[in-house]
Formats: sequence, C-alpha cells, structure tokens
Amino acid sequence: MSSLENQSAVSHKGLLAFLAGLPGVDQVGAEARAAALGTRSIKKESKIRAIDTAISMVDLTTLEGADTPGKVKAMSSKALHPDPTDPSTPSVAAVCVYGDLVYAAREVVGDRIHVAAVATAFPSGRASLGVKLADTKEAVAAGADEIDMVIDRGAFLSGNYGKVFDEIIAVKEACGPAHLKVILETGELKTLDNVRKASWLAMKAGADFIKTSTGKVTPAATLPVTLVMLEAVRDYYQETNIRIGVKAAGGIKTSKDAIKYLVLVNETVGDEWLTPDLFRFGASTLLNDLLLQRQKMITGHYSGPDYVTID
Amino acid sequence: MIGSDRVEVRKTHKLFIGGAFPRSESGRTYEVVNTRGEFLANIAKASKKDARDAVISARTGFNSWSKATAYNRGQVLYRIAEVMEGRKDQFINDIQDAEGTSNKKAAAQTDQAIDRVVWYAGWADKYSQVLGNTNPVSGPFFNFSIPEPTGVVAAVAPQDSSLLGLISVIAPILVSGNSVIVIASTNSPIPAITLSECLATSDVVAGNINILTGDPAEIMPSLASHLDVNALDLTGVTDPELQASLEVEAAGSVKRVRKAPSKPDWQATPSLSRIRAFTEIKTVWHPMGV
Amino acid sequence: MSFEYAPAPESSAIVNIKSSNGLFINGEFTPGHGTPFKTINPATEEVLAEIAQANQEDVDAAVRAARRAYDKTWSQMAGRDRGKYLFRIARLIQERAREFAVLESMDNGKPIRESRDVDVPIAAAHFFYHAGWADKLEFAGYGNNPQSLGVAAQIIPWNFPLLMLAWKIAPALATGNTVVLKPAETTPLTALLFAEICQQAELPPGVVNILTGDGDTGRMLVEHPDVNKIAFTGSTAVGQAIQRQIAGSNKRLTLELGGKAANIVFDDAPIDQAVEGIVNGIYFNQGHVCCAGSRLLLQESIAEQTIESLKRRLQTLRLGDPLDKNTDIGAINSREQLNRIIDLTKSGDEEGAQRWSPDCAIPEKGFWFAPTIFTNVTQAHRIAREEIFGPVLSVLTFRTPDEAIEKANNTPYGLSAGIWTEKGSRILSMANKVRAGVVWANTFNRFDPASPFGGFKESGFGREGGIQGLGAYLTSEESS
Repeated sequence: MSSLENQSAVSHKGLLAFLAGLPGVDQVGAEARAAALGTRSIKKESKIRAIDTAISMVDLTTLEGADTPGKVKAMSSKALHPDPTDPSTPSVAAVCVYGDLVYAAREVVGDRIHVAAVATAFPSGRASLGVKLADTKEAVAAGADEIDMVIDRGAFLSGNYGKVFDEIIAVKEACGPAHLKVILETGELKTLDNVRKASWLAMKAGADFIKTSTGKVTPAATLPVTLVMLEAVRDYYQETNIRIGVKAAGGIKTSKDAIKYLVLVNETVGDEWLTPDLFRFGASTLLNDLLLQRQKMITGHYSGPDYVTID
Repeated sequence: MIGSDRVEVRKTHKLFIGGAFPRSESGRTYEVVNTRGEFLANIAKASKKDARDAVISARTGFNSWSKATAYNRGQVLYRIAEVMEGRKDQFINDIQDAEGTSNKKAAAQTDQAIDRVVWYAGWADKYSQVLGNTNPVSGPFFNFSIPEPTGVVAAVAPQDSSLLGLISVIAPILVSGNSVIVIASTNSPIPAITLSECLATSDVVAGNINILTGDPAEIMPSLASHLDVNALDLTGVTDPELQASLEVEAAGSVKRVRKAPSKPDWQATPSLSRIRAFTEIKTVWHPMGV
Repeated sequence: MSFEYAPAPESSAIVNIKSSNGLFINGEFTPGHGTPFKTINPATEEVLAEIAQANQEDVDAAVRAARRAYDKTWSQMAGRDRGKYLFRIARLIQERAREFAVLESMDNGKPIRESRDVDVPIAAAHFFYHAGWADKLEFAGYGNNPQSLGVAAQIIPWNFPLLMLAWKIAPALATGNTVVLKPAETTPLTALLFAEICQQAELPPGVVNILTGDGDTGRMLVEHPDVNKIAFTGSTAVGQAIQRQIAGSNKRLTLELGGKAANIVFDDAPIDQAVEGIVNGIYFNQGHVCCAGSRLLLQESIAEQTIESLKRRLQTLRLGDPLDKNTDIGAINSREQLNRIIDLTKSGDEEGAQRWSPDCAIPEKGFWFAPTIFTNVTQAHRIAREEIFGPVLSVLTFRTPDEAIEKANNTPYGLSAGIWTEKGSRILSMANKVRAGVVWANTFNRFDPASPFGGFKESGFGREGGIQGLGAYLTSEESS
C-alpha cells in the first residue's frame, strides 16, 4: 500500500493503482467472521453499559418526503430525552434530517446534541456537482454541524474513481467546520471488495466518518459490510495515525443487533472507537428497542410498547 | 524348430531397471526350468541393492509419469498393447515353456493379457470420474475429491499366471500415475522379461516400470521397509509368514498394503478396487463468493 | 470506553452425570471387571465421574455381543431399516444437543461455543448423512452387491470425542457392520451418553457396544481374533503399532493419524480472512486437531506485517472457563498433554525460534496454555517437524510458489494444507501439488459428512466421510 503525501496532488491514475492494490476480501470468510462475532454473549453489567453506549451513538433519523417541522421537532425532543420516565437515560448523539428542516431541529436541541443533515442530492446522488455543493452549503448555513453526503455510485461502478474522489474533496471544503460523513451505499456496491475500495477512497479524500447506507436501499447496514469498513479504518489508522469514524445506518432494529455491532467495533478496531465521536448508528426504531431493553435490565421485568414514546 | 541345424543365439535374461537391462549387481543368477524339469535359462537374481536402485528409478519415473495427462497415460498403455501384439508368438512360447500349458491355452492367455492392457488403457482418462466427485457440503463451498497416485508401489506378481496375472497386477497400478517395481513369478519369470522388452520399446518413461527377478523373500523386506516406497501389493506372496512380516515392516512408514487374494480369477473382468487401492483421495474446499 | 464482557456461563444443570459408570454391552450398562478410573474436568481438575475399565473378559463379551448382533440381526436387516435407526439416532442427538455440548465441554475442556456450534451439529449430521446410504450401497461404486465386514473395533481420541464417535459408528452401521468402540481414557462421558441414545432409539442390542478403558483395553480389542476390521484415530506411533500387530491377519485397517499441516499465505491473499484462517487453523480446539494448520508458511514479502496483524488478532482471544459462551480458548485436555506442549515449546526456545504470546490471565486450577506464536522457525526445528497438538503456531517463510510446495511437502505427514491467494489458477495449481488428503483454499477447518477426510503418507490411510469413506467397511475392496 502506497502512502500519499498530499490529497490534492493525487493523480487519478495513482488512485486507480492504489485501489487495485488493496487486499481482496473473501466474502464467505468475512461473513463467517462477522457471524462468529455475533455469537458473543453480552449479559448483565456489560449489557447495560452496551445499551447505554448504543443509545449515545444513535443518530435519530427521519428522512421522509412527508417530514414536517412538527415531526422533526417531536423527534428532536425525544433525541434529548429518550425516556421521559428515566432521566438517567443518555441523549442520543445527533438528529439526522433533510437540510431544509435543520432549522426545526436546531430550535429544539440548541447546542446540546449534533444536527446532521443529509446532502448532495440524497439519496440517489444523481445531480450536478453545483447542486450538491449548494445543498451542502445551505444545510451548514442552516445550522447543521454534520453533513452526511452520498458518493456517486454510478461513477464508482463505472470505474470513474477520480470523479468520486474529487467530489468528496469538494463537499468537504463546502462543509466548512461541519464534519463530513461519506455514505458509500454498500447495498449498491454489492461486493465487499468494492466496500473496501470505497472506504479507502473516502478516507483519502477527507471523510471524517464513513457510513454504510442511505437507508433507502436494501440491504442497508450489515455486519460483514461494517466489518470490512472497520478493517479499512483500522488499516488507515496504522498508516496515518488518524482515526476515522464509522456509521452503520439502516436495517438495525434491535438491541441485540446493536450490541453485535459494538462487539464488532471492539474486536476489530478496539475500544478507542466505542464513543459517539467514532461510531454511530443511523436508526429510527432501534432507539425504542434500546429503551425497552434498558428498562428490562433496570427493573428486571420485560417492558412493553406503551412504556416508550413514539416520538 | 525350423532349420534345426542352426545354432540359436540364446538370450541372457536381465533385470529391467530405469529403462535399461542391467544384470544383478550381485552377479547372481538362478536356474529356471520348464514343467518337464528341462533347463530354460539362468535368470538374474536381484539383490537388495538392485531393489534400492529400482526405487530410485521408480521415484524419478513417478515424478514425470504422475504429471502426464490422463490422455497421455492412456496412449502409453495402449502402445504397450500394440508392441505386445507384435510379440504374441514370443509370449505364447514363453508361457508354454513356463507353465506347461497347451499352445491353445497359452494363446488365450496372451490374447487376454493384451486385451487387459487395452482395457486399462481405456480407464486412464475415466477412473477419476468414477472414483472422484464433487461433494455436496452444507455451506457456500465448492468441494471436490480427486484420486491421486500414491507414488512408488512395490508389487509381487502372481506365481501362477505368468503373463495375465502379471498384467492384472501392474496395469491398474500404472494407470493412475504410480510407478511400480514388480518382482516376477519366481518359477515362471520369462514372460515378464519379454514384457520388459516390450516396455523398453513403448513410450514408457524410464523408471516407471521396473521388473526384478529373484526371490521375493529376499527382496521384498527391504522394499517393505524402504521409506521411499509408498505401497505394497502382495498378490504373489504365497507364504503367510512372509506376508505377515512384510506387513509389519510396512507399518514403519504407514505404507498402504494390498494383501494376497485367496482365489484370484484372472480371467474375470476386474473391478476398480485395484486402481482404487493405489490412489489417495484428495479433497479440496473453496468458498464460493463474489 | 473499555468493553468488558461479563461472565456468560452456560448452565451445567442440564447434564446428569452418574457418579459411577459401567460399560455398554449388548444394549445394557453393565459393570466392568477392571479397576475403575476417574475422569476429570480439565478446566477445574474436579472429578466428574468414576469410569469402568474393560478387561479381557469385558472385551470378549462385547465382541461376542457384536458378533451375535451381526449374525442374527444386523446383517439380516434390510438397508432401509438400518437407515431408519441411524435417522433416529441423528434426531435424538439433535434433541439432546445442548446436553451433549455441555457434557463435552466439561469432560474435554473445549469451549462451549465450539462444542455447541461445531462438534454436536456435525456429529448429528454424520448420522443423518450415512443413514441415507444404508439402502443405496449398490450405487456407491463398490459393485452391485457390496457386503459388510462383520465386527468393527473402533478406537477414538480425546480431541473431538463425540464427533470422532460419529465418524466411526455412522458409516460402520450404515454399511451393515456392528461395532465395539473404545473412547479415549480422558473423555468417555459423551460416548456413554450416546449409549443412552442407542437405548432411546431402540437400536438392537449388540449393534453398538462401548467399552471404556485405557490403552490396554484398546490393545485387547485390536488383538481379539473375532474382529474383522479396525478403525483407529490417534497418534502415528500407536497407529503403526496397530498396523504391526495385525500383520498376517485378515483384519482390515484404516488409520487417521497425526499431521503438521502447512498453511500457505501468499502476498495476494485476502489478508483479513487469511488471518482468521490462520487463527482458526491452530487455535480452534486449543490446537488439539490432527489437521491443524500448525506451520504457517508466509510469503516473505508480507511476513512482518502479517505477523503483526496476527499478534494484534491474538489479543482478542479469550482464554478461560470452557462453559463461558465467550471463551475462545479452553483447557488443555490433560496434564500429560500440557507437559508435552511445554516440552516441545521449550525446544523451540532452545533451538532459536522467538516465542510470543498475548497477555492471558491463566486460571489457577486446571490445565492451560496461552496461544503462542513462534517466529523465525525453519524446517530443521523440532517445532516445525513434530506435532505439538497444542495452541502453538510455527511461522516459516517462503519466496516462491515452488518453494512453498517444497516446504509444505517436506514432512512424513500429509493430512491437510491451507492455501491463501486470490489468484484462481494458483489455488488450483497449489492444490494439485500439495501432498495432503484435505486441502482448504481460502478457508480452513471445514468438515462435512459428505466430504472425505484422511491423509497421505504417515498421516494414515483410508477416508472417513463421503462416498469414499464407505469402502473401509465393505468387502469389495479386497477381491481381485
């Protein structure tokens, strides 16, 4: 693996050669490793800590055409106080909304948690660079301190890695002080080799976080895909001493699932990454299951849907 | 004989090692007579050193024979049959002298022996389809089993059935790519020596087939304990004590041992068990993924 | 935030170990006549049970029972019906799977996750697979009327007690033979539980007989004149002794012996999966595996970084209570075995290799050995030649594919090998050239009843599993 000194000096040819030189991923082996890590049994005090950690890592998300300021404000409220019956419950890490509703979220959360906006013609990414940059700048101006962009999958799958790379650099610049998550949309990349390549490409282009999915395509986040992304992050850290974050988004519904991801992080990159600064869950229904499990761990009996708020 | 006042040029019967015809390094011979007790020939009496040389040749022969394609091996075996066919009369004479059979029976045995070589030639590019297969393992893996040649096989040819029995022992060893050191029938070795002349003029790789004459009780123990011999075929061993002691020696390197059959019927169509006995099944797993 | 996993013990309440146990002969548990011995839990050194020792009288009785069952019942029974008994057994193992898994971990020391996810399911699968062959033998390539041999004496090792029992009993019964099986001295309990399953399945008495005992029991069984076939899995030395012992008899023999497998990693390997394969190859089951990838052959150009990745990966291995669901490395099966591992690894130090282990909290009681890597190992070191049978990896390097093959094949053993490369043609070429009975390409330690298992050279002869495994128990292989 070659070490690049200055991102902007990277020639597209050099980028291609670098990506082609990355180690391949054996799909069967990667899936087996992810599944094996999924058999870790996390109980008792380690389970309680894991649940609280997971809650603190949630980017509570609503990304629907039907979203309204009212919907966003209600969700933002829940983001601050997930469980009204138990103030010891941690807040989530962020709310995640479309750029034009960032203001509504900020009104409720103030500076207490992050507001992440999706941008760059989310979810398809099919628009001109100008449109994507405008999308980004407006969201930042409206108060988003995190931007979740999508890569151009069409360019990636047709081998135009240089275009993907340059776009990320441009969006990062447009972010200003906001931190940038780059969504790979692994469900469209299909192969784990592509996931590895896309991860490295995004990190070299300046991503602060790499993110699995928009949540609009199935499959979204999976354990094997996240495993490969974590391995890329680990290897990038070995090379550069820089820690990049990972966000697993879409399809993670239960506490059991979430805990499997935490085990994955723990045993792949290490516990330095077990912080919302370096790992996030992009989710909506997951939060309530975490709260139900939390209640069960504390009270000793199973809880029910009436005991968590819908927003 | 035609022209009975002509003095025949008698053959010196030698060993066949590494594609060449050396005498025994011990310089010894033993007498072979026909069924009426008349002198036939002085046959080379192979020693342990000859056996050791044969193993070296056999290993070299194995290294190339085992890499030949199945098609190629089939063609080589077929060529042996071609050359044998050309020497049919010589074989018939040899068998009559050796076994005291009628001309008719000797001819039948010769025909069958040649036909058996052809039969095995046809197996070269097929037996792995019957002995090997893919395995339906429960998981996303491609899994196949293939038969591979064991290596160097030391065999004792049947004491009776000096040609058909001999062929029935060595052909199945060769067809899968093994090389063989065979000790011919002690009392009826001459058909084996004629066979070695066929082999020398076929396309057989030197060392692939080595034919020793002599006393199995003397030579086989050193082959059975030789660490570079992979398997033993004790078909022609008639002494149960010798067989037992050879099996004990074989354990020293966990050799595969095929015991002497009790009542072999060389005329019957063989099963695949003789081919199978000298192959090792290798099973390979590979994940199937994108 | 550090993520400590709280203890997650599997409850042992599910097992019901009798304090004193008999032999299983002719469908019943009956006292042995030798001096009983104890079996312990190697993780705690607690005594689990008293076990009967079979003496000559018991061996004779068991072989008699097996012979009678063969003559009167089993060889007369249609294959279809034999198959149905085997299907019953497979299902019963699945029904009592958790019980078997816990018992196996307690008696053997292996982590519950392995006995639960590997040993027991594959054992059940072996019975299921072979059940289906019982009435189809004429299609298996052994002639159109293949015959069973009679009474099979089967001796199995302590590393996969239930699984090895399944590998032996399933094909023997499917092909119409009856068996007398001797489990290893240190791991008799799951065999005795299996005997209960035979009763629950109403298997005709005498078809399966289980004799617990030590090496003497095994020897008596091998020497018994009325045994037609011997199947042995264990050390090469004992296998050779058996081969010598039966010389001159008509007894058929298959051997599954030791190994010193090469796990070959090329510079274009899918490296993260290769690291998993290396780790699984030698640390699965504490390295007590005949086909363990105990020699890592690393392409020299990637040696340093791969060793670093390996060391990093070893830090996440958890050593401890076998019944804890998060344990990766369990106990060494016996003090004897532990001493052997300690001896051989000492030779590694003395001969100049570099030893490394992650920091591991070693429990006070029980037999434990931390996962260990030796680097700078060469073929001339004892730790590169001799089977250690423990969680110890010897790392050697190579420059070219030819050199890798030479080193891989440069051993009297030939049981298994691993090949890691993304290049398809190289996988097939290496698989072609390596002299091993089982080749794992871009994977390791995969087992399946449909897949024949066995070695080249001094790793033994004969295969278990698949269509090829049936031959060991049928007569057709010895006729001309």
